[in-house]
Amino acid sequence: MAKKSTKVKSSKSSDSEKKQASLIDITRKKFRLGDYLAEKVIKGVAFLSITIIVLIFFFVFREAFPIFSNSKEIKSTKTEQASQETYGAVTDNNTNGNTQETYGAVTDSASKDGAQETYGEVTDKQEPQEQYGVQTKEPASIEGSDKKYTVSAGSGTDDNRSAIKTLTSKEWVPVSEKPRYGLLALILGTFKITLISMLFAAPIAILAALYTAVFANKKMKEIIKPTIELLAGFPSVVIGFFALMVLASFLQGVFHYETRLNSFVGGIAMGIAAIPIIFTITEDALTAVPKSFYEASLALGASRWQTAFFVILPAATPGIFAAILLGIGRVFGETMIALMATGNAALMDLNPFESVRTLAATIGAEMAEVVFGDTHYNVLFLIGSLLFVFTFVINAIAEFYVKGKLMKRIQGK
Amino acid sequence: MINSFRKNIKGIVIEGITLVSAIIIIAIVIIMLVVIFIGGKSQLSWEFLTSFPTEGMTKGGIFPAIYGTALLVIIMSIAAVPFGTITAIYLTEYAKENSIIAKTIRFAVRTLAVIPSIIYGLFGLGFFIKFVGANVDSAFYGGTLRWGQPNLLWASLTMALLTLPVVIVSVEEALKTVPQELRAASLALGATKWQTIWKIVLPGSLSGIMTGTILAVSRGAGEVAPILFTGAAYYLATLPGISDQFMVLGYHIYVLTTQSANVDQTLPIQFGTTCVLLLLTFTLNMSAVVLRYRIRKKKNH
Repeated sequence: MAKKSTKVKSSKSSDSEKKQASLIDITRKKFRLGDYLAEKVIKGVAFLSITIIVLIFFFVFREAFPIFSNSKEIKSTKTEQASQETYGAVTDNNTNGNTQETYGAVTDSASKDGAQETYGEVTDKQEPQEQYGVQTKEPASIEGSDKKYTVSAGSGTDDNRSAIKTLTSKEWVPVSEKPRYGLLALILGTFKITLISMLFAAPIAILAALYTAVFANKKMKEIIKPTIELLAGFPSVVIGFFALMVLASFLQGVFHYETRLNSFVGGIAMGIAAIPIIFTITEDALTAVPKSFYEASLALGASRWQTAFFVILPAATPGIFAAILLGIGRVFGETMIALMATGNAALMDLNPFESVRTLAATIGAEMAEVVFGDTHYNVLFLIGSLLFVFTFVINAIAEFYVKGKLMKRIQGK
Repeated sequence: MINSFRKNIKGIVIEGITLVSAIIIIAIVIIMLVVIFIGGKSQLSWEFLTSFPTEGMTKGGIFPAIYGTALLVIIMSIAAVPFGTITAIYLTEYAKENSIIAKTIRFAVRTLAVIPSIIYGLFGLGFFIKFVGANVDSAFYGGTLRWGQPNLLWASLTMALLTLPVVIVSVEEALKTVPQELRAASLALGATKWQTIWKIVLPGSLSGIMTGTILAVSRGAGEVAPILFTGAAYYLATLPGISDQFMVLGYHIYVLTTQSANVDQTLPIQFGTTCVLLLLTFTLNMSAVVLRYRIRKKKNH
């Protein structure tokens, strides 16, 4: 545009100023409302993904937070409770009220109804809640019913006070007279199953990726890659079903262990789910290694497999590391396979042929049956926060650290 | 001579090992497909697909689950596809490749892709149901419970968040295949940036948007964890509306295999349902794979 205008200027320099003025008008960037708005809207929407992450952070943590805040409040009211029974009961009430208020500006009655309507199975626990609603109107009946509430619903001060202490214990017994929320067994189970699945999936996926990237001819590539994409598209509930119905019996027949559903079966099934991730990222890293590496190695007299294992594979290690990390992230948060194929018993045991209960499966299995606002509910959200932070960190490592290193190695900077 | 022969043997063995790993993966896929299709084949019939479950889920069909899945993915796509496409447009057309904003958005998208699906479920419960829904109830319905409970809408929106990265990634890939010359030509003819995007870039990447949508639908149809407590139901006698709980194929499989009292009696239905779900995702993924290979071919030409 600018070029044109100068040309015109030079050739018709004698022309009137009118034309010049109009030319300036053309070259000047016009303000267009439509374009401006479109850009702003697009930019705004693009920030959505960031917003979602922030919101997830905020809302998952918000539901987990009351465990910590409650226990502090209770410490201060504890002495009061000991000296004056009736007051103790009242403070119970208040702290409960507080917890409920922290979950958004939910009107008390609404949140209780929510618990009742949707999760009708837990009738035992809801009964006292209704009484609680009545209490606020008739303070005369506070004492008796309130105690009932604390015991049966398991969400009174006693529970909250002990909840934090039991977090680091070994037992996960959330539904009992004295609930214990020991996360250690769950964490151990999750790590155990992650280890098994990685031992199974990582070698297979990496070797297969090496084959695809270095050895395979075009035809084999065209078979392997779509197959992997199909495997990636398998719903995890289908893999879980396969593990539960077929794999579990098959493996039991081969290895002759006692418990049919155990961390071994679950680990293998999760490995199947993690193979596509590890394969794809490893393959990407391997093909990103410059062709000149390969040619130089061959020219120096190395054979194909030597080139593959001693030149290309080492060059792509950061990428493979990232692949394994993301595979771990996938297995760590896998819910449906864990729910269906691991036996779901929270045992503190290193034996791979025993049942386990993973963190994610615990949320999946228990969230639907929990009373909203209960300590149990908060602990489940705490587990969720743990999972979230863990996968977030893993992804951040894979993203920044590994990528920088990979680029450095390949480009020789 | 002997030395080089030994070297050769070693090379063949090692190449063989890598080939075997590749074959193992293919074998796993084939075995899973075959086992599930053989198990579910006898169940697959028009009646099974179109009738309600009867006699305590031990007989009858899975129509409500199919209906619920369809509604779920439709609402999900309506929410996820436009937002995903717009984000992809921003990333390829507006943002500078190395700007902090673009980098942050890319990182956020990848993070969304790796967050465990159960976390989305928790988020759906904490945000949509307990925060948005409950506030809507107290504002418009005077506290009567309507939106502050698990339902189809919240489950679909939760699922939309989960599938957002899928859409973004495939649309971005497609947008990049539109040649830079086309954009330049459009701009040179006097079109504005937005006109170029709307009339040149988007039509050129329609197949990519299709791929993204298909992949998202396939993912959404198969995921169960996010809807475990944001709307999925064990059994419903009627078809759901937008503010009701609903039945879904994946959840149906989970419930029948682990929660029902008579697992053995429902075994054929379990296999049948799994078969239907697998067929659905399989077909969707296949078409997405084909579409995507076509896009890549176009890019290489």
